[in-house]
Amino acid sequence: MIRFTHVTKVFPRTGTALSDVSLNINKGEFVFLTGPSGAGKSTILKLIFLEERPTNGEVKVGNISSATARGRDVPRLRRKLGVVFQDFRLLEDRTVEANVAFALEVTGAPQSVIGPKVSRLLTQVGLGAKATSLPRELSGGEQQRVAIARALANDPQVLIADEPTGNLDDRATRGVLQLLRDINNAGTAIIMATHDLELTKREGFRVLEVNRGQLVFDSAEPNGPAKAGI
Amino acid sequence: MRLAWREALLAFRRAPVLSALSITTIAFSLFAFGLFGLVALNIRNALVQVEERVEVRAFIVDGTPAEVTSTALGDIAAFPEVLSAKMVSPEQALERARKELGEFSDVFDPGILPASIDVRMKNGHRDPATVKAVAERIRTYDFVDDVRFGEEWVEKLYRIRNLATLVGIVLGLTFASVAVIIIGSTIRMAVLARAREISVMRLVGATDGFIRSPFLIEGALKGLLGGLLALGLSALANSVISKFVFRADFFDAKFAVAGVLAGALIGLLGSAVSVGRHLRDV
Repeated sequence: MIRFTHVTKVFPRTGTALSDVSLNINKGEFVFLTGPSGAGKSTILKLIFLEERPTNGEVKVGNISSATARGRDVPRLRRKLGVVFQDFRLLEDRTVEANVAFALEVTGAPQSVIGPKVSRLLTQVGLGAKATSLPRELSGGEQQRVAIARALANDPQVLIADEPTGNLDDRATRGVLQLLRDINNAGTAIIMATHDLELTKREGFRVLEVNRGQLVFDSAEPNGPAKAGI
Repeated sequence: MRLAWREALLAFRRAPVLSALSITTIAFSLFAFGLFGLVALNIRNALVQVEERVEVRAFIVDGTPAEVTSTALGDIAAFPEVLSAKMVSPEQALERARKELGEFSDVFDPGILPASIDVRMKNGHRDPATVKAVAERIRTYDFVDDVRFGEEWVEKLYRIRNLATLVGIVLGLTFASVAVIIIGSTIRMAVLARAREISVMRLVGATDGFIRSPFLIEGALKGLLGGLLALGLSALANSVISKFVFRADFFDAKFAVAGVLAGALIGLLGSAVSVGRHLRDV
């Protein structure tokens, strides 16, 4: 479903962020993307949702390829993906339900669909009772749940999470992870970047490790070409 | 589209002073245009009335035989630009002069005024150049002593009208450019202030057109309001002039609507240029 083929990404100012990365993520998988800060995790995620394009190689998500995608393909791709970040990226001047509804409104969903769907999503993430709260009135864990509800609004095939637990305490982290597991069990693939190695070991999902822009470990092929590259 | 309208209207609440400034600038640009437009319009209307009275008068040398003048009269009446040509005897000329000019009231000698051929021009042929050309052709007749057609003041009126139109266009365009720049900068600020929102919109799959639409609506609305304000100001100026100076004509409905739409277009243009440039930065 997501395929990186010999992907290199060079930024003009900061240099090489990724070097010859090839990987494949299947439908419905739960994958941890790990490695130290600056290793290239976020770059991989940005390449998936076409925030960045590879300098060399090809990124393919579904039937959209980085090599041939045009400007109008980017929104089309992003409606198939949900993205959450460490800093939640909620709109502070809108209520929880307005934040979630926003994702549906911008894709032109009719009002008759938006209301019930927002309620369902908020119930799914355990925030049904906080629909009319403002983000600043919520805890970090709750804010991340709102962000996840928003990411799920367009029924994505893949949920991309960039350090979603980075700002959360242990209890909130466990809650968010449980939520992600539930979402994954319902069939949505999850790609979660984290530098928390303990967490990746504990969960037992597939782990991709990047270091200095290279894929150095893939638990799906522990003796494969990625490992040999170390 | 509902969201786009809501966001556009919200922009007025977020920056009321800047919004008012943009609207006022557009209003003044169109008001300048409108004011000189009114001057041009009224001069044009005056010219139409004056033109209807444009006459070429060819004075005839004393003692010219009647058959010569009547043949010429037929020739002149057949000119394509000429509506009618008629002979005015010295007696008729004196009669007219006594009616129109007070100083002739106690003159009774018909020999004081020469006979003339009075020529009226067809509608559409009353501009200075055509009138002059016809006058010159009439002047070539041997029996014509002199030809008068109010050349100077007709030309002067035309010149004033052209000048008013030109000044209106130049001032209007200058103000319109300022309006485009001001609208552009308010939109730029709005784009930067909403950078977070825009990045979220992009993240959840909003198209560029969708992201642009609230800003375009905002610009067009400001332009529309500016246009309406300009129309109001022009109407006010017109009524003041009509009351205290002279009865002036106002634009017809079609022109007024076009003026307001021009405001919307200025607003749309300013925001389109700005939003296109600054969306890339967020």
